[in-house]
Amino acid sequence: MTQLALVIDLNVCVGCHACVTSCKQWNTSSGYAGALPDDNPYGADPSGVFFNRVQTYEVGTFPNTDTVHLPKSCLHCEDPPCVPVCPTGASHKREEDGIVLVNYDKCIGCKYCSWACPYGAREFDEHEKVMKKCTLCVDRIYDETIPEAERKPSCVIACPASARIFGDVHDPESEASKMIQKNNGFSLMPEHGTKPANQYLPRANNTGKE
Amino acid sequence: MQQGDSQTGDVKVETKNTTCYMCACRCGIRVTLHNNEVRYIQGNPEHPLNKGIICAKGSSGIMKQYSPARLTKPLLRKPGTDRGDAAFEEISWDKAFDILETRLSHLRATDPKKFALFTGRDQMQALTGLFARQFGTPNYAAHGGFCSVNMAAGMIYTIGGSFWEFGGPDLDDSKVFMMFGTAEDHHSNPLKAAISKFKRNGGRFISINPIRTGYSAIADEWVPIKPGTDGIFIMAMLRVLLDENLIDKEFLTEYTNSAQMVIQDEASNDFGMMARNDKGEALWWDENTNKLVPFKTEGAKPALLGSYQLADGTKVVPAFQLMADRINEYTPEEASTVTGIPVDDIYRLARELGNTALKQSFEMPVAWEDSWGKKYDSVTARPVSFHAMRGLAAHSNGFQTIRAFSLLLTVLGTIDRPGGFRHKAPFPRPIPPGPPVPNGPEAVQPNTPLNGAPLGSISSPEELFVDENGEPVRLDKAFSWEHPLSMHGLMHNAITNAWRGDPYSIDTLFIFMANMAWNSSMNTASVREMLNDKNDDGEFKIPFLVVCDAFQSEMVAFADLVLPDTTYLERHDTISILDRPISEYDAVVDSVRIPVVAPKGECKPFQEMLVELAGRLKLPAFTKEDGSRKFKGYTDFILNFETAPGSGVGFLAGWRGEDGSKSFKGEPNQKQWDMYEKNNCVFQHHLPVEHQYMRNFNKSYLEWSQGNGFIAKSDPIVIHIYSEILQSFRLAAEGKREGRQPPDRLRNRIKTYFDPLPFYYAPIEVQRTDLEQYPLNALTQRPMAMYHSWDSQNAWLRQIHTHNYLYMSPKLGEQGGFGDGDWVWVESMHGKVRAMCRFSEAVEPGTVWTWNAIGKASGAWNLESDANESRKGFLLNHLISEELPPGEEGDHVSNSDPVTGQAGWYDVRVKVYKADKEEDEVSWPQFSPMKAVPGTPERKSVLSYFAGKGLFGEKQSGEKKGGGDK
Repeated sequence: MTQLALVIDLNVCVGCHACVTSCKQWNTSSGYAGALPDDNPYGADPSGVFFNRVQTYEVGTFPNTDTVHLPKSCLHCEDPPCVPVCPTGASHKREEDGIVLVNYDKCIGCKYCSWACPYGAREFDEHEKVMKKCTLCVDRIYDETIPEAERKPSCVIACPASARIFGDVHDPESEASKMIQKNNGFSLMPEHGTKPANQYLPRANNTGKE
Repeated sequence: MQQGDSQTGDVKVETKNTTCYMCACRCGIRVTLHNNEVRYIQGNPEHPLNKGIICAKGSSGIMKQYSPARLTKPLLRKPGTDRGDAAFEEISWDKAFDILETRLSHLRATDPKKFALFTGRDQMQALTGLFARQFGTPNYAAHGGFCSVNMAAGMIYTIGGSFWEFGGPDLDDSKVFMMFGTAEDHHSNPLKAAISKFKRNGGRFISINPIRTGYSAIADEWVPIKPGTDGIFIMAMLRVLLDENLIDKEFLTEYTNSAQMVIQDEASNDFGMMARNDKGEALWWDENTNKLVPFKTEGAKPALLGSYQLADGTKVVPAFQLMADRINEYTPEEASTVTGIPVDDIYRLARELGNTALKQSFEMPVAWEDSWGKKYDSVTARPVSFHAMRGLAAHSNGFQTIRAFSLLLTVLGTIDRPGGFRHKAPFPRPIPPGPPVPNGPEAVQPNTPLNGAPLGSISSPEELFVDENGEPVRLDKAFSWEHPLSMHGLMHNAITNAWRGDPYSIDTLFIFMANMAWNSSMNTASVREMLNDKNDDGEFKIPFLVVCDAFQSEMVAFADLVLPDTTYLERHDTISILDRPISEYDAVVDSVRIPVVAPKGECKPFQEMLVELAGRLKLPAFTKEDGSRKFKGYTDFILNFETAPGSGVGFLAGWRGEDGSKSFKGEPNQKQWDMYEKNNCVFQHHLPVEHQYMRNFNKSYLEWSQGNGFIAKSDPIVIHIYSEILQSFRLAAEGKREGRQPPDRLRNRIKTYFDPLPFYYAPIEVQRTDLEQYPLNALTQRPMAMYHSWDSQNAWLRQIHTHNYLYMSPKLGEQGGFGDGDWVWVESMHGKVRAMCRFSEAVEPGTVWTWNAIGKASGAWNLESDANESRKGFLLNHLISEELPPGEEGDHVSNSDPVTGQAGWYDVRVKVYKADKEEDEVSWPQFSPMKAVPGTPERKSVLSYFAGKGLFGEKQSGEKKGGGDK
């Protein structure tokens, strides 16, 4: 079966946040997912709902420090813990493509799913009182009024470093699968047993030595 | 709340292509509108610059467009109020224009230099510079002198080109890429894409930087370096390359002035100038015939080393010998001590560059002919490339550092070759590109355009813009003996000089898109006081202040007259070859912006305002012989303006000629805007492959370039490893040269710094700082998600950078007894600020740094007065002075590079210590909150942006604003 997902290449991600705001702008006006609120947008401690965030980490001590940018959004797990805990069935994983979604008509805002997710991928909309998250731009990828080359998540077409690859990670011939194979793609926090569909490609230092 | 396909139905959907302006990269964008509100901004997949990609800023254009910081009405400061109080009343555009017309026409008729125009952005210089020139004032500049003019000048005076829009690393064919002093840059998206592709192709990326952020995060090797010491690192690498013969001797001999003879007779007044024969030709020593012959004599084997004599016995030495002697003064061991880079790494990196460039070269089968008639079947690839930015430039030693850097690119043979550095049209240009500026006060006459552009490039003391005493004609003292090659002006000294009346007072200071009362000044708190300061007679020292901006910046509070500009989505613009175009290595490219939404309120595009003002003032280029206006407005101006009557060269290169079939030169085409709009707002002309390389000496390319008006002559642009231009200034300072000589107080300074060969010295302010008291370097960097001060009014971007910290090594916390996140004071010899610290292992321990311009004054940008930007954010600029401590050269000389006037804002030295527990947990200094000025939209406390409901966009005629169900 198809499992659509993102492959995120940490070897070329410069942490520019294009994926963060491109996602925000697509989804806030999306009939499927939006609007995405911002509280205190021009005041102290502004706080908005974003489906994708980039965290930056330092690894090691000077002078051998690595700076690593980690974009993270819902990983559309193959065994998603957010689904069985949902009392209404609002949180569900689609059979046809593996995307994990929230049905807002059923969501009662109990927040169990966000407790269950080890990745912190879900964000609660305090105004509409429902849980929101990455939809893999489900309203873009099948929309035939969008040119075929652009039927991808907004974050993917935006990324200046083409660090985000979209595709079926169950299809060994897809570009996504090939990138995972070729570059030693790995799961985030595999010990939680969620089998995340999104995969990360590690840093590969070219030391210049033969 | 609905899901599914609620986007259909009665929503009017439109898509328009235009050009982004969230930074100066100027990517092509495709904007989708729902009911005239912006629904989505994506990169235009058909645009050659970005090919569909777009960054965080470009993706956040919606929040720029609908920001509550928007200025929407012309404003006049209320009588009796202070500048800085932001106490304004709304006025009409008619009244605003009348005020400007009356005042400026009086200035033009009496003393035009009393009108000063300083713009924050360079990318409109073709029009703003033309306006200033036509007005007749020399007092015009954009931000380059404050920003990175050293990067431009150091390379332009060596290889005839530079980075950003002018050239760059050819990563597609490169194997090793070394980047100096760059965090993020304004030509950013193509560079991000190119670095990604380069890495995936197995390229090796080395970053030289005190800090590991931005692009450096994905470097294969990070080489931490002490700020301002890159010059000695580069000279040491040059030493290794020379010692180990890892240099492209053939390239140096044939295409640079390396083998040209330099006069070395101590007694001669031409000491250090090139020897020339009667025909003015430079000379080679031919080892085949043991004779002096003209430069580029066919069949000659020119000597690079040794000592020779002219017929009259004058000692001459090849420039290369002098360069080698200079490089031999430097060692990797000494460089290691100064820079902090391990000595083995210096050797290793130099060898890697040299070996890769020379031994991994290949021939690319491209037929071309050089300017001396020699034909080639191929171009030699040298797969080592570089990039550099403000980390090299923003120091008072930056010009000579960048001269050394240019030398490095040249000795490796990488100039305009595959895999190396490649120019972008209209570059390469002659050294210097010219034209020069006017050279005396007589150029400034009432009701008369200047007889030259106010900014340009000069090559001798005779071309300085000085009076008979050698004192400056310009307010900012550009093109004076204090910093002769100041090709981008000195914005950072304009206000202080005007306040002090040195060199003279002015009447009107017109600021466009420049936040001079905040991050675009040094010594900010004092500059704010100067703006409001009065003479004994109660008049302001700077009598009239006009500010044009789209947003309520800190500077707006100080204006007497505020003119509301549009956003980039609301106007026409040109990205012109006459200005800063977006060419590729293999294509000449220019582009435009077209409006996609209606202007908000009474916003008027700045350039439209300028054309209107030019018409009212009857500036000759804008006025017909019968006194009536030549142009109906900005778009008409762009279509019909020609650089000279009948030249056929205008602002836009594409679709010229009556039928639109001509490029670069052709009669005005009234349908030109339509053609750009139909073509993704961009025009490209692909260069044939024989015009893509070696263009400094590519005969048919240079002839083609001249034919288009890019360059005046098609002579080869021989690379200046040795700079005779600098030597001419040195000889003037030594009293050896006929013609103009500097004031005595500046002789030693010019003798020292106008060295025709690069050298390393500690920055001037550093030489005058007590380094025991102030041991640390303090730097600012620009983050990828914000462009200078442009974005804190943006609800989405400010959630990424809400306030800034002072980043530093944990070692400083150990020494100073404070912890991660504590409040600390950071103090220079000029002042201090209080900020929160943040420990980082990604910074060399002698440096502290913060993000540029995230900290704000309270209330600015129509943020709430307690926004993080003002309460927790801070501005480092308070610690930096625009002037050097008094010295032999004078009491008030700019804190800048002595060659170019580049602001030395990375030279400042500081100390850091813990703030007392009793102190408030807010940053210091604080400023009284700026009120929202009239015409700014209401600030919402909750934003739930959903396009198409009519809550944000401007009313179109006949439509009512929707109530919406949100």
